[in-house]
Amino acid sequence: MAVIKKKKNKELPAVNTSALPDIVFMLLFFFMVATVMREVDLKVSVNKPQATEIQKLERKSLVTYIYAGSPRQKYQDKFGKTPRIQLNDAFASLDDVQPFVIQERETKTEEERPMMTMSIKADKTVKMGLISDIKLELRKAQAYKINYSSNPAKDAQALYTSGY
Amino acid sequence: MARNKRAIPEINAGSMADIAFLLLIFYLVTTTMDTDKGINRKLPPIDELTEEPPPIKERNIFTVLVNSNDQLLVEDEYLEISELRAKAMEFIDNNGDGSCTYCNGYGVSTSSVNPVKAVISLQNDRGTSYGMYVKVQNELVAAYEDLREIYAENEYGRSYRSMDPEEDKEIIKAIKNAYQQKISEAEPLNIGG
Repeated sequence: MAVIKKKKNKELPAVNTSALPDIVFMLLFFFMVATVMREVDLKVSVNKPQATEIQKLERKSLVTYIYAGSPRQKYQDKFGKTPRIQLNDAFASLDDVQPFVIQERETKTEEERPMMTMSIKADKTVKMGLISDIKLELRKAQAYKINYSSNPAKDAQALYTSGY
Repeated sequence: MARNKRAIPEINAGSMADIAFLLLIFYLVTTTMDTDKGINRKLPPIDELTEEPPPIKERNIFTVLVNSNDQLLVEDEYLEISELRAKAMEFIDNNGDGSCTYCNGYGVSTSSVNPVKAVISLQNDRGTSYGMYVKVQNELVAAYEDLREIYAENEYGRSYRSMDPEEDKEIIKAIKNAYQQKISEAEPLNIGG
């Protein structure tokens, strides 16, 4: 009989990937909108304290960070383990705080300056002596709005039982 | 002419995904997602004046001391951190002179006169850990927030914490005015430094 057998296509058809760029772009835009640029390279280890009465920092551009904590493992041979201050990307001493605040203030416009917030990101094991010194320097530099950066705690009970 | 009928060749978009992936990975690496949160506080200005501060009656001051071992001494009494909030609320809400119409305090003669006059004084040691300090601050702020919550429930029948800062601006202002946060910090001690 004259039946012509069609040759079967043994190979699987290729998966259509034309929508892949769309998906990836969608992800990309999500990340561009939802995240912010990493500000600095942390040289001190900061394990933030926990609190329940926390507020969100409204405008990121008006926030200046001051880090305090023990130097990280790789810096310990050079700087020891005593808690230190970090401003921008470098270790700093107390005397550097005032010029730093003034310099940061210069970058803001006139009307933004009163709304500038100093966020203190300190490790919870740091002694208050260092924090008090920073606070005094901030007062001298007339930066009165501060924020003690903390992680949200689930409830108050969790705060009472944790070590610090 | 046949020449015109020839379709323009399609642009190969196969590597588009690669480019997009590259960008995506770049953003994943260089950005962070954590939102900054914390306890907002205001520092007092350094005044040059050596003027004596106005006298405050002893009964209107709620003293909280934290030593270098992270122990609390509240109104000359040893206290656990878990008891601090209730104690502070009791003090602020005491209503000793009966002038506060919305207070629920007991009117004890040794505690504060009214919420407007009540001041919380906090002093820590240079050896106090920052974690403990934030905890104490948190409890004191929470005491005020809890009182405001109760006030909002009674006066407006709504929850203070769930109010919208834009929409309920006036109400929030009124509530904050009823219980004004007055936390004063003294220079730290240096005993167990």
